[in-house]
Formats: sequence, structure tokens, C-alpha cells
Amino acid sequence: MSVQTSRRDFLKTSGAVLGGVLLYSSGPIAMLAPGRAWALELKSLTKAEGEALLRFTRHLYPHDGLEDAVYALVVKDLDTEAAKDKEVQALLRKGVAELNSKAGGNWLALAEREQFKLVEAIEGTPFFEKVRSTAIVSLYDNDMAYAYFGYPGASFQHGGYLHRGFNDLDWLPEPPPEASPPAY
Amino acid sequence: MSKHKYSYDDDSVVVIIGSGAGGGTLANELCQKGIPVVLLEAGKRQSIGTFINDEWPSFHQLAWLDHRTTSGSWRIAKDFPNLPAWICKTVGGTTVHWAGASLRFQEHEFKALSTYGKIDGANLLDWPLTLAELEPYYDRAEKKMGVTRTNDIPGLPGNNNFKVMYHGARKLGYQDVHTGRMAINSRPRDGRASCLQIGFCFQGCKSGAKWSTLYTEIPQAEATGKLDLRPESHVAKIEHDEKGRVTGVLYFDKDGNLPRQRARIVCVAGNSIESPRLLLNSASSMFPNGLANSSGQVGRNYMRHMTGSVYAVFEKEVHMYRGTTMAGIITDESRHDPSRGFVGGYEMETISLGLPFMAAFFDPGAWGRKFTEAMESYTRMAGMWLVGEDLPQESNRVTLHPTEKDQYGLPVPNVHFDDHPNDIAMREHAYKQGQAVYEAAGAIRTYRVPPYPSTHNLGTCRMSARPEDGVCNKFGQTHDIPNLFISDGSQFTTSAAENPTLTIVALAIRQAEYIADQMNKRAI
Repeated sequence: MSVQTSRRDFLKTSGAVLGGVLLYSSGPIAMLAPGRAWALELKSLTKAEGEALLRFTRHLYPHDGLEDAVYALVVKDLDTEAAKDKEVQALLRKGVAELNSKAGGNWLALAEREQFKLVEAIEGTPFFEKVRSTAIVSLYDNDMAYAYFGYPGASFQHGGYLHRGFNDLDWLPEPPPEASPPAY
Repeated sequence: MSKHKYSYDDDSVVVIIGSGAGGGTLANELCQKGIPVVLLEAGKRQSIGTFINDEWPSFHQLAWLDHRTTSGSWRIAKDFPNLPAWICKTVGGTTVHWAGASLRFQEHEFKALSTYGKIDGANLLDWPLTLAELEPYYDRAEKKMGVTRTNDIPGLPGNNNFKVMYHGARKLGYQDVHTGRMAINSRPRDGRASCLQIGFCFQGCKSGAKWSTLYTEIPQAEATGKLDLRPESHVAKIEHDEKGRVTGVLYFDKDGNLPRQRARIVCVAGNSIESPRLLLNSASSMFPNGLANSSGQVGRNYMRHMTGSVYAVFEKEVHMYRGTTMAGIITDESRHDPSRGFVGGYEMETISLGLPFMAAFFDPGAWGRKFTEAMESYTRMAGMWLVGEDLPQESNRVTLHPTEKDQYGLPVPNVHFDDHPNDIAMREHAYKQGQAVYEAAGAIRTYRVPPYPSTHNLGTCRMSARPEDGVCNKFGQTHDIPNLFISDGSQFTTSAAENPTLTIVALAIRQAEYIADQMNKRAI
């Protein structure tokens, strides 16, 4: 592998853009977004590969109401790693290619149920584990996911929860003060 | 020429390796007595200003991430093969990360062998120490740390997660349920604020309400003028003379140099993986099996507590992440009652994880609808951690990896662990009871969550009455080398059910008295 070849590969694939439009015009994620359209410029993967990886991640961690824009963050992290590490790039490229070949050409064109069967069939392979282990971090570690799942994240800058509901649960009786003394 | 308070050639100093609950406390206690201390800490110095309320970035800031390997049948070896333990590499050690639970051991737990009897596969032993002997030091530790429900310090207010556990526990008939004995200020105390219920106890307490050696013991020691704290100093080897006394240490400093710090006494407090690793890496022609290892017990009897978590989903909102992470406790199951099918006992303590760590630790490796359904219920979840006595086994062991090296070229530690049948029986009971607590509180679904990478690492340089049974005596002084001490949880003969920090601190206070006395007598 010469430097020239890798550079040509880079030029050939850089600038591919993965994009879409938010499904929900209101709700927690829309409130964070500057507009309804989102786009992710890929550094290393092709648009088709990006789209396949996004769909693959949706099969791994299906949250029906969670926007593609959040799943795209997983693709972004995979793409960033692939741009830095040729082995990762090859793993992802080959993984998508094999999905397509098992699907008779285009895995994305299959019905969802058929797509899922092919995901299940490769559980535990290095490709599957690469996507899964990236997704388990990227998908749940961003502001849009926080908003979707109702997790507020950092609290220190708001003074913690001492005056913001740390003990506001009201559907069970209050424990007695000897078990749970009043706050200072 | 040293740029430090004490020169590299100063052989009057006590060198302490590690600045956590054991090392940080010991450093302060010795400095208060006027004894010069060089405190070597592998990690950097953070502060309550630099702590991060964000799980992954905080993990990268605080956690011990040097290369390690694992083996054995524990699930950690599969899911987190290079992360056997979730502990810290930072000034203050794992007292930056700990949740604050501060429980005394029970009397019988110091006498595991005579109470439980011989058990197949277990390397049980009585501590060479009784509760009565340790009680005065528990008193002092509780006062030092400001433990709630001791010294007239009120308990903390319970959060939502506690309310759910309390209700279920009482419905189930448990009697001893409250917001715990916590080294977290429920009132301003000792120049530190009271708890703001921030909810990121594991990420370093940004209000300073939780006791950590980082901002209590270490600054107090610095104020004496006797402490020479050297962060980013990773000890490679402890050296000795021809009489078999330790003479100092070689350590990698932050510039990659390898200075030799001479010492009168060396105290090892690197947590139960690094401490035995250092003794093993210090092997010499006189001590071919590693320092203080004539018993062959260095690295053996690695204990990590029987742990596991139960999370439960309710119809209505809980928001368990709000407020103190370990917000309350059920102690009813901590008794020794073999009729349950196992020896020893366990505690049930609330826990919560933020969204990123819930994803990572809920069911490592899992994918699909069952997993995402649980995640979708995040705000309606309550959680508890189960922590109980696990049995020492000779084959559960920290060894040096035959080929793999760390960033300094030193052999990495391998951590081998298999559950004992007693651990498995206890975990099964604890899971069942934890689920029953939440079901009594109206849970829709409950989940058994496997043990996290170990935070309670214990026993790898254990105390014993007889030199052939363990590594150190009841003061943490190694049987083989009188001026070499073990000052962390590695000393534990058995694990007991309780969170270990209070006992580590009590032992450090006691060890400081012993060291000062032995120095006065010129015995060491």
C-alpha cells in the first residue's frame, strides 16, 4: 500500500455526505437542533457505506422514536476511526460489502425483517462487534440522546438537585425522618 | 540534585506509594507526628474545580487505564478483558471515585475461619486482629471522615431512588433501612460544604462534601511542611540491601526519568492489583519470588466482593440519577446465617448510573429490543447495588503477565478470578431479594445486572498471625521485611460484607501509630 494509493482513496471518498431531515418537528431533539435538516460529511466512508452502517446500528439498538440524526453520530465515530486507521476502514468496508453480497446486491433494499435476519446471522463477528461497541458509547453519550431519554447530564452548574427535585417522588409515602432526615 | 523538598538521597524519609484511602491517610497521620513523607502517586492532581459531571470524559480523567489483562470464568474477562477494576489513577486515588459508604466490619467477620469453618476451595483465615482492637481506630476514622449517623452527625436526606428502595424494603419486612453511614457532609463540616445532591459521586464530588484524601488528608499533610507529594510518579521497583531491608524505590517521574528515592521505610498502597504487582516486579536474587513473598501468598486471595445490581422499572418517574449515588442501605442481609445457603452476608445499597454508563454496564455485549426497552425506561428506573463477602481463594490471583508490558516496559498484571460456589449462592439470593424489594414497591420489570469492573479490590497481600499464611502482620508490616509495609486493602485477610474504605482508613491510622512507635524505638 503506497501513500499515493491511500491519498487517492481519500480524495475519492472524502466529501461524501450523509444527511436527512428530522422526523419529528417538535420534541426534545428538535428543540436542540438549529434546523430540521442534518448532514454529516464523511471523511473515509462512502455515502452508501454510511447509510448501511446507520441502518445496521438501528437494527442493533432500535429506538423507534430516536432520530436518524442521533444514529448518524455512531457513523461519524466509525468514519473518524476509519479515516485514522486503515484496518478499521477495511473491516467496515468489507462488512458492508458482505452484507450486500448476502443480500444479493443491496442489503439496504431488503425489507426490514430480512435486513435484521442478516444482522443476526453475523452476531459476534469483528465487524458486528466493531459497530456494536462503538454504538453502545456513541449512541447514548450525546446531548440529543440525553434529551430523548430524559437524562439531564451535568447538574453541578445548576447547583445539583438539592433544590431541584432530588426527593420529589410523590407516588410513594415519605420515609420517616429517622430513616431519611430532612435536608440541611 | 533534587527539585523536591527532600533530596533523592535523604534516607530518613518514609516513602508511601499511592495517595488513596490507605496511602493518603497514612501520609497525613505520619506528617502530623512530624515524620517526613515522600508520597508518590502515579496519577495527576485534579481538584473539585476540574472534576467533570460527564461519565466518559470523567472516566478518562480519573480511571486507572494502564494495560492489564484478565483470565478466569468471571464475566469481566469476556466483557472488559483489559479493565478488571474500576479504580483511579489520580491524587486521592479511589477516594475521588468512591460513593462514601462507611460501615464497620462485624465482629465475626474478623474471624471468618473460626465462624464459617473450613470450606472447600476457600483459603479462609481469621484476621490477626479483632473488632475490639480496631474500634478506637474506627472511632477516629469516622470522626476524621465525618461519617453520618456517628459523632452526632445527622444522616443525609433520602433521594427518590432511596424512597423506592425504602418502601419496598419495609413492605418486605426489612428492619434496618436508612440513608446510611456516609462520609458525605450532611452539614458543613471540616471546612467543607454540605451535600448539594449533585448526583455525580463517582466522578469526583464537585462540592467537596464527600470525603476524599485529595482535599482533606493531603492538604492537611502539606500544611505540616512534612509532605513531599510527587504526582505522576510511577514506582517501578522497591530496592533492598544485603541485609534484606528495603532502601528506597526507583520510579518513573513525569519527565520519563527514573530517579532513585532513598527511604527509611516504604509503605505500599497502590490498591490490590498494583501493590502485589510492585512486590512481584521487585524480585531480586535474594527474593526471587518477589519482596515479602516467602509465604507465596503475594498476589493470591484476590477478592472483589460478591457484587451485582438490580434495576427496576416503575410506571411513574423515579429519576434515580438525582442526588447521592449511594443514597441508602438495607443491612438486614449482612448477618451470617448459613440457613440461607451460604456463609457471610451482603449489603443492599442504592446505586444509579447516568445514561452513558447505564448503556455500557447494564448488560455488556447486549443488543436488540430487550436492551433498548430497558434504556427507554431510564427515567422510571430505580437501582441498587449488592455487595457481600466473597471468599479468598489461592487461585484468584494477581500475577505478572509473561510477555505483555506497560508503557514503561514493566510486565503488566494479570487478574485471574473465578467465583466460589458460595459467592454464586450469595449472589443468587441477593438478586432474588433485590428483585423482591422492588416488586414490593410496585415494579413492572426488574433486571439482574452483572458485576461491574471491581471497585473493591482486596486481599492480595493479606494479614496473618503466622508468616507462612500471609504477607503482613496485624500492623501491615511485612513478615519478611520489617521496614516494608502494606497500607491498603491488600492487607485484608477476608473481605467482610461492608464497603472497605472505612476499614482501610482505620488501619492506616493504626499503622501510623505503630510506625512512629517503631521509629522512636529505633526498631526500624
